[in-house]
Amino acid sequence: MKEVAGYPDALTDKQFHYCPGCTHGIIHRIVAEVIDELDIREETIGVAPVGCSVLAYEYFNVDMHEASHGRAPAVATGIKRVHPDKFVFTYQGDGDLASIGTAEIVHAANRGELISTIFVNNAIYGMTGGQMAPTSLEGQKTTTSPFGRDVREAGHPIRMSEMLTQLDGAVYITRVSVHDPQHIKQAKKAIKKAFKIQLEGKGFALVEVLSTCPTNWGMKPSDSIEWLKNNMMETYPLGDLKTPEGVE
Amino acid sequence: MGEKVLMKGNEAIAEAAIRAGCRYFFGYPITPQSELPAYLARKFPEVGGTFLQAESEVAASNMIYGAAGAGARVLTSSSSPGISLKAEGISYIAGAELPAVIINIMRGGPGLGSIQPSQADYFQATKGMAHGDFSLTVLAPSTVQEAVDLTMEAFEIADRYRNPVLLVGDGIIGQMMEPVEFKEAIDPDELPKKEWATDGAKGREPNVINSLALEPEDLEDHNMKLKAKYDKMKEEEVRYEELYTDDADIIIVAYGTTARISSRAIEMARKEGYKVGMIRPITLFPFPTDIINETADRVDDFLAVEMSTGQMVEDVRLAVNGKKPVHFYGRTGGVVPSPEEIVNKIKEIGGEK
Ligand SMILES: Cc1ncc(C[n+]2csc(CCOP(=O)(O)OP(=O)(O)O)c2C)c(N)n1
Ligand code: SF4
Repeated sequence: MKEVAGYPDALTDKQFHYCPGCTHGIIHRIVAEVIDELDIREETIGVAPVGCSVLAYEYFNVDMHEASHGRAPAVATGIKRVHPDKFVFTYQGDGDLASIGTAEIVHAANRGELISTIFVNNAIYGMTGGQMAPTSLEGQKTTTSPFGRDVREAGHPIRMSEMLTQLDGAVYITRVSVHDPQHIKQAKKAIKKAFKIQLEGKGFALVEVLSTCPTNWGMKPSDSIEWLKNNMMETYPLGDLKTPEGVE
Repeated sequence: MGEKVLMKGNEAIAEAAIRAGCRYFFGYPITPQSELPAYLARKFPEVGGTFLQAESEVAASNMIYGAAGAGARVLTSSSSPGISLKAEGISYIAGAELPAVIINIMRGGPGLGSIQPSQADYFQATKGMAHGDFSLTVLAPSTVQEAVDLTMEAFEIADRYRNPVLLVGDGIIGQMMEPVEFKEAIDPDELPKKEWATDGAKGREPNVINSLALEPEDLEDHNMKLKAKYDKMKEEEVRYEELYTDDADIIIVAYGTTARISSRAIEMARKEGYKVGMIRPITLFPFPTDIINETADRVDDFLAVEMSTGQMVEDVRLAVNGKKPVHFYGRTGGVVPSPEEIVNKIKEIGGEK
């Protein structure tokens, strides 16, 4: 067991490049803590996405593979098939997973691929400068929905996690948030459970983490926390969507 | 060497991959290469291999990206429209300097085209596969035996250069049955360990598989490093076959299926007094530029024969570099040229005898 307050071994000492108030960094940190607590750092291969967390391969102190946009589950499938005894996770944004990579996540989940996915939903394309994502909320203003997302034109916010629960290969799907210490604790517990499910060979697991993007939401960090609580959580309610028996 | 067995090209390529120590295949169904994945799906269980039918070629190419990064000898196969989708993964594989083998059993295009034999993906294979400054090693067998030998070699070349290797055939090579002999099988467990692969950072610094370089100077350095590999390939990997080049007036340049047909046409034309020879590129990249250029000092004309509207002919022109006229004869859309048509073209170039 690692001491809780210490700096995780599973993170390198590189400074995060994330904007002030962005919760990507918190999510990295709890993923790393779980890797340490499960003592799997030297068995782990992480797959980084294309998005603001593209440089995750510089932050996680484990073997990393930088995927093409949306294809992390396919890249992870290739890795896991070669190393079935290793621990493989993907870390993906909502543009990456819920738009361009829809096919890859659906089929990896459907195959019950023994990988774990951290799905960071900030309801926007962060890296490319704040375009509408499939997850953007109804009425949400972005650079490509300047008058607010009109669901008649752009469709409704896509609830990927709910969709994935329909697949038999997906055994654990849950939604968490990291906007306060209590929720961070819950998020970490969920990530640990997802990772254990892979280690026990039970199937595909995904943890959706609601995340802030103060920069592209055009808000102060504190306001972005409020916006997440008051707006995102309504469209994306927290909690387990599908969970297997007998895993703590 | 074992004994000769009669095999279809597609199945023989699959068997050759197994013999080369490949144990991972990711692909998506498409005609006319279907016998290749079907063979592996049947045979892989016997050797502990993993066969996975992906949800798309995009996914398949990214699965081989992952598996190659994880250190495996890995194969994917497809036909033209599928290769267009695999281009994404292939660009990343080249950028991240990973070895992988890709088979393209080419069919007519553009678009859905036809399922008949074609060589219209020459540009795609040798120049414009996908975004970025990169090249694949491109191998073009003209017999089933050569397809077998080159498939086995493809894995060696891929590992040697840490670069994807593309083997191109067409429906004729893929479907044709010929007697073949296989070299001794390689045990994948005996292959040298790839120290750069992602297999868990046990007792070492983490390995990172990546094609991103945010600083222009860094990416330029990386691009120059890749270029140095391609330059080395040009020095060391050029392969071709010569036929009657010592006495020829006219040199046909053709690869794969059209080289087979051309050699038949050459025999016919020689009987009528036309001194025709052939340079058959076996590697399309690197292209046998030097031999073509040297030969241009001795002969009168070149004739590129292709199943396309004229793609490789551009490389022949570059190689000849204005020394002699370069003619072209092509059929396309899945139409295969006959030896007689090629003889007629030879007569047109050579004049009455
Ligand atoms: C094939 C391809 N299309 C588009 C892009 C441009 N692009 C980079 S990141 C990104 C979206 C990232 O958004 P998201 O996945 O939500 O992650 P975030 O940046 O918000 O964390 C896009 C469209 C790309 N790199 N590759
Ligand atoms: S742009 Fe948004 S998602 Fe990206 S680092 Fe900044 S706050 Fe985070």
